[in-house]
Amino acid sequence: MIEILQNLNFTPFLLSFKLAGLTTLILFILCLPLAWYLSQTNSKAKPVIEAITALPIVLPPSVLGFYILYALSYNSPIGIFFKESFGVDLVFNFTSLVIASCLYSLPFMVQPLQSGFESLNKNMLEASYISGKGKFETILKVALPNIKPALLTAIIITFAHTVGEFGVVLMVGGSIPGETKVASVAIYEMVEIMDYTTAHIYSAIMIIVSFFTLLSVYIFNHKQKFTGFIK
Amino acid sequence: MIDINVNKKLHGTQSEMLLDVKLNINHGDFIALSGKSGSGKTTLLRILAGLEKSKGIIHLENNIWQDHHSFKSVQKREIGFVFQDYALFDNMSVLKNLLYVNQDKKLAQHLLDITELSELKHRNTTTLSGGQKQRVALCRALMKKPKLLLLDEPLSALDPTMRIKLQNEILALHQEFNTTTIMVSHDPSEIYRLATRVIVLENGKIINDGSPKDVLLRTQGSQKFSFEGELLEIKKVDVIFTAIIAIGQQLVEIAISENEAKDLKIGSFVSVSTKAFSVNIKKLS
Repeated sequence: MIEILQNLNFTPFLLSFKLAGLTTLILFILCLPLAWYLSQTNSKAKPVIEAITALPIVLPPSVLGFYILYALSYNSPIGIFFKESFGVDLVFNFTSLVIASCLYSLPFMVQPLQSGFESLNKNMLEASYISGKGKFETILKVALPNIKPALLTAIIITFAHTVGEFGVVLMVGGSIPGETKVASVAIYEMVEIMDYTTAHIYSAIMIIVSFFTLLSVYIFNHKQKFTGFIK
Repeated sequence: MIDINVNKKLHGTQSEMLLDVKLNINHGDFIALSGKSGSGKTTLLRILAGLEKSKGIIHLENNIWQDHHSFKSVQKREIGFVFQDYALFDNMSVLKNLLYVNQDKKLAQHLLDITELSELKHRNTTTLSGGQKQRVALCRALMKKPKLLLLDEPLSALDPTMRIKLQNEILALHQEFNTTTIMVSHDPSEIYRLATRVIVLENGKIINDGSPKDVLLRTQGSQKFSFEGELLEIKKVDVIFTAIIAIGQQLVEIAISENEAKDLKIGSFVSVSTKAFSVNIKKLS
């Protein structure tokens, strides 16, 4: 048993965590202003933006993967632009995985943040404006500290969801060891070549890690006051 | 001197309503703003604060807060605002709530001393009672040394004893900071105690404007006591009729004649009045 564990290749897990960490960081920075905007606006564009950001929840990953693959490849203007301007290929490498994951996990970051912001007492935000503070300072010093559970939920769920993705990654990244072969893809391959021992160990690790991440979120949010979760 | 001439279309609960207010307020005045709910009181305060846009002008002394070309943002207006629900920053201690406005520690300590909050200054605001929270909100509003202090029913959620205590503190602070104050209030005794002028709004328009005595004392001619109430029941007891009337929080029983009983309808609003003679006054406390 110990020998099997010692010989086990953990690169897919490292790759999964690296991908999830990077995706979470990028999405957090991008989604904060978006979620804030959605929580404060009465614009007619709001439902449209909300519907677009929620699309990845309902679309089959293969559909999303197919379009991302098409958009990033040399067949589309985006792919051509990156290839000719920077000499970067956007498919079948780690960069393409990050782009695809950001799209795929977008709703899992936006929605908890948005409902967190929406749960805030509007008068509290206005009290900050009356105190002479601008929007940026209000978000940083009043809004964010008062939605800690929503922040934690957004970050953890986005991270966990990215670790757990499979279809999109497979379509956009393929299965290049050390580059795009993340844990979920590795498990799929192990089953395919009927290496059930490795598949069992990989899967067990995934279940345990996921369970304890979720457990920590729920324990934290139970202690804090409940303020926001996926709608 | 504050010059106000603003109008704004409001979408009320029943229909559209035009808030249209022309008002001159002298420096140092304590104005009580009264009127039924939905009459536009809170909106008027929010317009003065710059939290809502409206058409028209607002001038404070020689400062233009808004006119047809310009609009001074809420951050730049010299106002303090106290919300009905306190709206404290729950992630900060009492002291930090005040210092968030500006870093004047001396002023913060002074305000906390006046309102007897010094001992609680490091407490988280979520652990405070309603009265304590409202005091923190009041102190926070004064940290800016506002020229205009806006209070939106600040005491309505508090019990009577706490109300009177806070009324005195509000008055003391209003005088010490030499500010002009506009307070939304429905409580006649509160208005009488604090205000120098009462403005009554209805459907977005000013329908009454004067000293508290002129506006609040609703008596005509030789009547000395006059209360409005709802007629709940008329009972026949032997040969006389008695009417049960709800006045404020209290029920009263009044003897009426048969003719009066015929005229009155249950559920209607009635006025109950008497002259100053043969009234009993008894000391309660």
